[in-house]
Amino acid sequence: MSAPIRLSTPLTSEAVSQLHAGDEVLLSGTIYTARDAAHKRIVEALEKGQEPPFPIEGAAIFYVGPSPAPPGRVIGAAGPTTSYRMDTYAPTLLALGLKAMIGKGKRGPEVKAAMVENQAVYLAAIGGAGALMAGAIDEAEVIAFPELGPEAVRRLVVKDMPLFVVNDVHGEDLYIKGAEAYGRA
Amino acid sequence: MLIQTGPIPVSYCGSKDLSNLREVPVSAVTDTVVRLCGEANIELPADVHQAFYQAVESEESGVGRGVLARLLENADIAQQTRLPICQDCGLAVVFVDLGQDVHLVGGDLEEAINEGVRQGYEKAFLRKSVCHPFTRANTGDNTPAVVYVRLVPGDKVHIWVVPKGGGSENMSQVKLLTPALGRDGVKKTVVETVQAAGANPCPPVIVSVAVGGTFDQAAVNAKRALLNHLDWQNPDPEAAELEAELLQEINDLGIGPAGLGGRNTALRVFADLKPCHIASLPVAVNIQCHAARHKEAVL
Repeated sequence: MSAPIRLSTPLTSEAVSQLHAGDEVLLSGTIYTARDAAHKRIVEALEKGQEPPFPIEGAAIFYVGPSPAPPGRVIGAAGPTTSYRMDTYAPTLLALGLKAMIGKGKRGPEVKAAMVENQAVYLAAIGGAGALMAGAIDEAEVIAFPELGPEAVRRLVVKDMPLFVVNDVHGEDLYIKGAEAYGRA
Repeated sequence: MLIQTGPIPVSYCGSKDLSNLREVPVSAVTDTVVRLCGEANIELPADVHQAFYQAVESEESGVGRGVLARLLENADIAQQTRLPICQDCGLAVVFVDLGQDVHLVGGDLEEAINEGVRQGYEKAFLRKSVCHPFTRANTGDNTPAVVYVRLVPGDKVHIWVVPKGGGSENMSQVKLLTPALGRDGVKKTVVETVQAAGANPCPPVIVSVAVGGTFDQAAVNAKRALLNHLDWQNPDPEAAELEAELLQEINDLGIGPAGLGGRNTALRVFADLKPCHIASLPVAVNIQCHAARHKEAVL
């Protein structure tokens, strides 16, 4: 396995098109959190012609609902949630220039096609490693929908967040490639 | 014949001395649940830790070994920082084996358990993940818990707290097969369920399979089998054989740690076989993520 690729936000089509399924990435910069309820609200707002809570163009969205921050910490455990539940909303955001989605678990065909069409990637964080992931987060601030609690939209500043490229702009899928490599009929 | 109504004659109730009943205050149940909620979410059980070490040894994929090493690191960080292992601190599933010689005093058992969950999730900074099914409004304190109470001989109260994450629960299945599909049909259902789940339930998973009983009993038996330690030897040889075959077939899927490809898709399969109706063959497959949190105490 080659050395991890360092990536910083905001992301460009050019930067993400260099990535290939199977690459390990260390992501730094500002990213935004949103999961089920926040996605529903963001897409509904966009449909009404309202502004989203953060600029979608060049953004990376992390599908996470962190646990509460104990005193002296910026955030609690913060691993990824399962991504397919956001599939309904993802193509709309990809069309507006969203460049990376961070989660775990496979994506549907429409999302994969929208990634190729709009030059965006899907990155997997290790599910269930919430305490470890918290160590890559330097700042966290709720910027929208505070009433949603763990599902509120947060602005995070991350440093060297460890991720794997699952779906790239070339239509490759690490989940399919990986299982093919190690499966035995 | 006339059906008698009204109070049951005292003579039917017996007049045995009840002094062998042991009184347990429900507040002790609350205190225990508070402690177990925190410990379960923060401290990876020793059996799961051991299974991770064994998986690192056997894993052929370099990426897979890297993922498993990070899971071990995550468990250490959680232990040191007292952050939960996973941000999904689960729905609190609580099993109680209540000795029939115990007299619970001082309140309602189920409310005592919910109070334990309420305090435990707040005190240990755990995520509250329970909401209304339609409005999705969060109940704010991770209650209500899912509680299963079983009466058993003796004068002890055995409590297990099993925080159950949503990602793996969503990939679980109950199916009512036709008896003609038989053992092969059960195996096919289990392997297909794990394959369809892929990376979603955070592999390497624990797969709990309950066959037989009714629609509801199969599901509860599959959940209950998750209380077993991963190194537990199934005393039913027929079930143990099924476990071994399923583990092999599941690991041959190649899904691997975090679903990124590898030889460790499941750490363990549990199988529970029960008799069923002549018309039925129920099978429940409960998938548990690698953060297989379970803590227990005896009062």
